[in-house]
Amino acid sequence: MTMPALSAAPIGAAEEPARGARRLAALLPYLQSLPLWLVLGIFLLVPIVTIIAVSFWDDQDYALVPTFILDNYRDALGSAVTWSTYFSTIRYAVVVWAATLGIGFTVAYYLAFHVRSALWQMVLFQLCTIPFLTSNVIRMISWIPFLGRNGLLNQTLMDLGVTDHPLEFLLYSRFAVVLAFVHLYTLFMVVPIFNTMMRIDRSLIEAARDCGASPLGVLRHVVVPLSLPGIAIGTIFVVTLVMGDFITVQMMSGGQSASVGVMMKNQISLLQYPSAAAQAVILLVTVLLMVFAILRMVDIRKEL
Amino acid sequence: MEKKGPRHWLLTAFFALFVLFLYGPTMTIFILSFQGPNGGLTFPMRGFSLHWFVNLFQPQLVGDFGGSFRRSIALALIVMGLTVLIALSAGLAFRRRFFGATMLFYLTIASLIVPSTLISLGIGLMFAVVGLQPAWWSSALGAHLTWTLPFGVLIMFAVFNRFDHSLEEAARDLGASPWQCFRHVVLPLIAPSLIGVGLFGFSLSYDEFARSIMAAGSQNTLPLEIFATTTNVTSPVLYALGSLTTGFSLALVVTVLVLVLAMRRRRAASGHA
Repeated sequence: MTMPALSAAPIGAAEEPARGARRLAALLPYLQSLPLWLVLGIFLLVPIVTIIAVSFWDDQDYALVPTFILDNYRDALGSAVTWSTYFSTIRYAVVVWAATLGIGFTVAYYLAFHVRSALWQMVLFQLCTIPFLTSNVIRMISWIPFLGRNGLLNQTLMDLGVTDHPLEFLLYSRFAVVLAFVHLYTLFMVVPIFNTMMRIDRSLIEAARDCGASPLGVLRHVVVPLSLPGIAIGTIFVVTLVMGDFITVQMMSGGQSASVGVMMKNQISLLQYPSAAAQAVILLVTVLLMVFAILRMVDIRKEL
Repeated sequence: MEKKGPRHWLLTAFFALFVLFLYGPTMTIFILSFQGPNGGLTFPMRGFSLHWFVNLFQPQLVGDFGGSFRRSIALALIVMGLTVLIALSAGLAFRRRFFGATMLFYLTIASLIVPSTLISLGIGLMFAVVGLQPAWWSSALGAHLTWTLPFGVLIMFAVFNRFDHSLEEAARDLGASPWQCFRHVVLPLIAPSLIGVGLFGFSLSYDEFARSIMAAGSQNTLPLEIFATTTNVTSPVLYALGSLTTGFSLALVVTVLVLVLAMRRRRAASGHA
């Protein structure tokens, strides 16, 4: 894949760049971006187009029948289950968003403004990002000894006399789902908000302080507004991850809670591909609308 | 910047709690994976043994950990190589204007935010419609690249945005060809970032679950195998598996961090060439 650079070699080798070589140089970005185009074309665009096509198909005896029917959408949108599942999923998204934003902002703020040495800043930041490079499934499993019926939390609560019987709602519940989401995805808030905060001109903060702003005033009128692009990027990450999730909800609720992803996964297990495809298209449209809404509220272009 | 008042210590405590929240559960299962043979999924520890690690490698167990582990490593290595090359190549392309650059950029971002379940379903359906069997080295490879490449490209973006162009101009003024300029100036400067991209590529692929589920075919990757195991194994062998694979990931991350730091130090010692 170093080909593009190789092919450029003759340009400099020639004393006077010939027209052909110049044309090659103009072509170079196209050659260099071709592999990315190919991968995203084949494994992102074509699959999405396939889903859209299949969502209008019929299935008979577990086989796909190419046709054009609207039944899949009619079934999906006409079912009360779909609406209540969307309500439940969006509720997860809102709760997890609020929690990850609160924690993520505080952590990023601490790292950006309270850790003075650049080395410590880097070390602590890495400490926050490393779990991202380990398995999500394992990180979910690791809540079992903590939240389980005989888990650490229940034992502690009973030892303290807070309760005399183990609390059942800790594991396999909506609480456990939210906790796992926050555990997995707060990082997606910390990183973009930290990056934005590091770019805030420190003299602005000094200026605000010199003008008599209190620490909270500086936070509210300087830091928060200038961190909005990072907050928006983190929000997009967290919301899209939660909206599309099925494994966290399935594992942490023990199959007792619904989400759009779980609903899709169930249809897939029943080999109802056209129905699953219609659900997927509805999910995609919902997620894209949410992303557009966020982008309309906050301009993130400066961050890119 | 701030005086070390009570606010500072409050925030420090909050950060410490956050780190405990991040690492605590993993440490708990690490300890519990050394349960004695009669121990269960929760505390107390009933003895201390390597029983569950040994159990993990015995064939009578549900699942095929050895095979899925080898497949996951092979896939992660391929994904790593392709991610570095494709992201670097695209990063170089994005340094200039070209027709469709904005479109490609948005497509890259889309690859990141389109729900994973959807990409997985789409790739599975695409293979079904065309009549191909999905496999870890074809459909799952593509699915993983849609996840690793956006990270790779965004890292390359950040790298080239901060890149000092005067270094290249100096090399060119001294008569370097574009290839020499790339090979001897650009490449050494961005090498640590490329290693970072490779680490991301490897780790994200090695732990990938949601995009693989419909795209991996009949032979599972390790995360899929682990997930399948969670539904029918309720012994600390699950924790032993978790400790091993997390330990593997952590060892990799630490190795790469040390490597990058050593490279930086060497460059600093040689006076920035």
